[in-house]
Amino acid sequence: MRQEVFMAGMGGQGVLLAGQLLAQAALEAGLELSWFPLYSPEVRGGRATCTLVIADGEVGSPVVGQPGSVILMDGIAVDNHLHRVRPGGLAVINSSLTGGEVSRNDIDIVVIPATNAAMELGSERATNMVLLGAYVRASGVVEAQAVEEALYRVLPERHYDYIPTNVAALQRGAQLAEGQLV
Amino acid sequence: MPERQLITGNEAAAEGAIAGGCRYFFGYPITPQNKIPEYMSEHLPRIGGVYVQAESEVAAINMLYGAAATGAWAMTTSSSPGISLMQEGLSYMIGAELPCVLVDMVRGGPGLGNIAPAQSDYWLATRGAGHGDGRCLTFAPASVQELYDLTGEAFPIAQKYRNPVMILADAVLASMREPCTLRERLDPPQEKPPWAVGGARKGRQRNIINSLWTAPPVMEEVNLRVAQRYEQARQNELRWTEHGADDPEILVCAYGISARICQTAIEHAAEAGVACRLIRPISLFPFPVQVIADWAQRVNKVLVVELSLGQFIEDVRLAVEGACPVEFLGHTGGVLVTPEEVAARIIEIA
Repeated sequence: MRQEVFMAGMGGQGVLLAGQLLAQAALEAGLELSWFPLYSPEVRGGRATCTLVIADGEVGSPVVGQPGSVILMDGIAVDNHLHRVRPGGLAVINSSLTGGEVSRNDIDIVVIPATNAAMELGSERATNMVLLGAYVRASGVVEAQAVEEALYRVLPERHYDYIPTNVAALQRGAQLAEGQLV
Repeated sequence: MPERQLITGNEAAAEGAIAGGCRYFFGYPITPQNKIPEYMSEHLPRIGGVYVQAESEVAAINMLYGAAATGAWAMTTSSSPGISLMQEGLSYMIGAELPCVLVDMVRGGPGLGNIAPAQSDYWLATRGAGHGDGRCLTFAPASVQELYDLTGEAFPIAQKYRNPVMILADAVLASMREPCTLRERLDPPQEKPPWAVGGARKGRQRNIINSLWTAPPVMEEVNLRVAQRYEQARQNELRWTEHGADDPEILVCAYGISARICQTAIEHAAEAGVACRLIRPISLFPFPVQVIADWAQRVNKVLVVELSLGQFIEDVRLAVEGACPVEFLGHTGGVLVTPEEVAARIIEIA
């Protein structure tokens, strides 16, 4: 088993945190993994990406040209990275910030209004969690429960107050993805 | 069983150093390795160690010289432009036969460049160490675990050969997170080495740490002694890994993060019917010449992959000695190669 997920969005959307949570969940599941972030030096308005490779043996390259799956958090991410997904792969896209029109029919696509859903839950900043919840549901790479538990390992204790909102957002994402899976 | 932790390469280098016996750190901030001084500033004082943020890289390397002269197990870390600034101090340390450990988290260059991953400090790391006839013993890890292990092992190696040891990594390794198994922290030896300064007690001749030898025959004697240690390192410290086919058409040579990328690339190539073997030198100086020479006799071509415009390839060519053609694939300035690109090149040249 070797699964790659590339995540991209604007700085501040929590691209790296979403990747770290998935990485932590994979670690707890006893898998090998590599999480590699790449972001621009701007304080605001920069681009953030991370690549996560999860394997049951040696990870090999942490760098992936054509990822098997992607989570794209805004329109620029879709423009820059949707074409890179390997045929037969999976894309989870935030339609709240992209308009939702998608130009590929050779991959599985889950399009969900993640930012709107997060705002309904009381925090726009939980957009990343809605998308991650959808991805975990659609890919089955780790158990949803493991991602929720990973919040306690990845977040500093002073942010534990936010965990219930994050868990709700993860679950909302899974629900939204459910409706789109064949 | 010790717990596997998900940590960054920077944290692995810092904790690996402490676990290996490092108790003195001198440095100056630069991206992408700032997490190392941050970690050291938190952890070294807690165990009786010393952390100093110097006013510049030049100051840091000279503080390292002073600490090393007293027999302290000391290190600095930086990234490409900062390592350039340290060259003079490194040359002086080699001339004075002083051990230390450096980590270079290489970024795009030349000049101030950028903060993206690169391997363009290969010459600096393996030929550099400033002016004169000395070099750094240089090791290149390819995973967070290996970065942890090698940075720790670098301290006794530096002491053994009385020479700076460079851990050559890059911005990918610095910032990526991978599972890492940490071991118990070792203390540096209580007893100082016989050459260390620190107050000559009664009955001991005073030690002098110096790199100024005005009489050419004396300077030559120092250089020959240093060269002899490099020869010993060639006997004892060669390290590499091999992956892939036992009967390959193509030999792929890459180090550090490029080798990780190539590991997946040769799997893609194998699926397309091209058998490859990957040799990843871990020790870059001394360089594992013989294993590359042996394989070069048995393949049609060698492909060298690196994140620079052809630095590492020179060592590979010297090892291959014309036994077969040596092809090149590289990017520079912070641009990464991908496994897909390497696989396509392998298939093209096969």
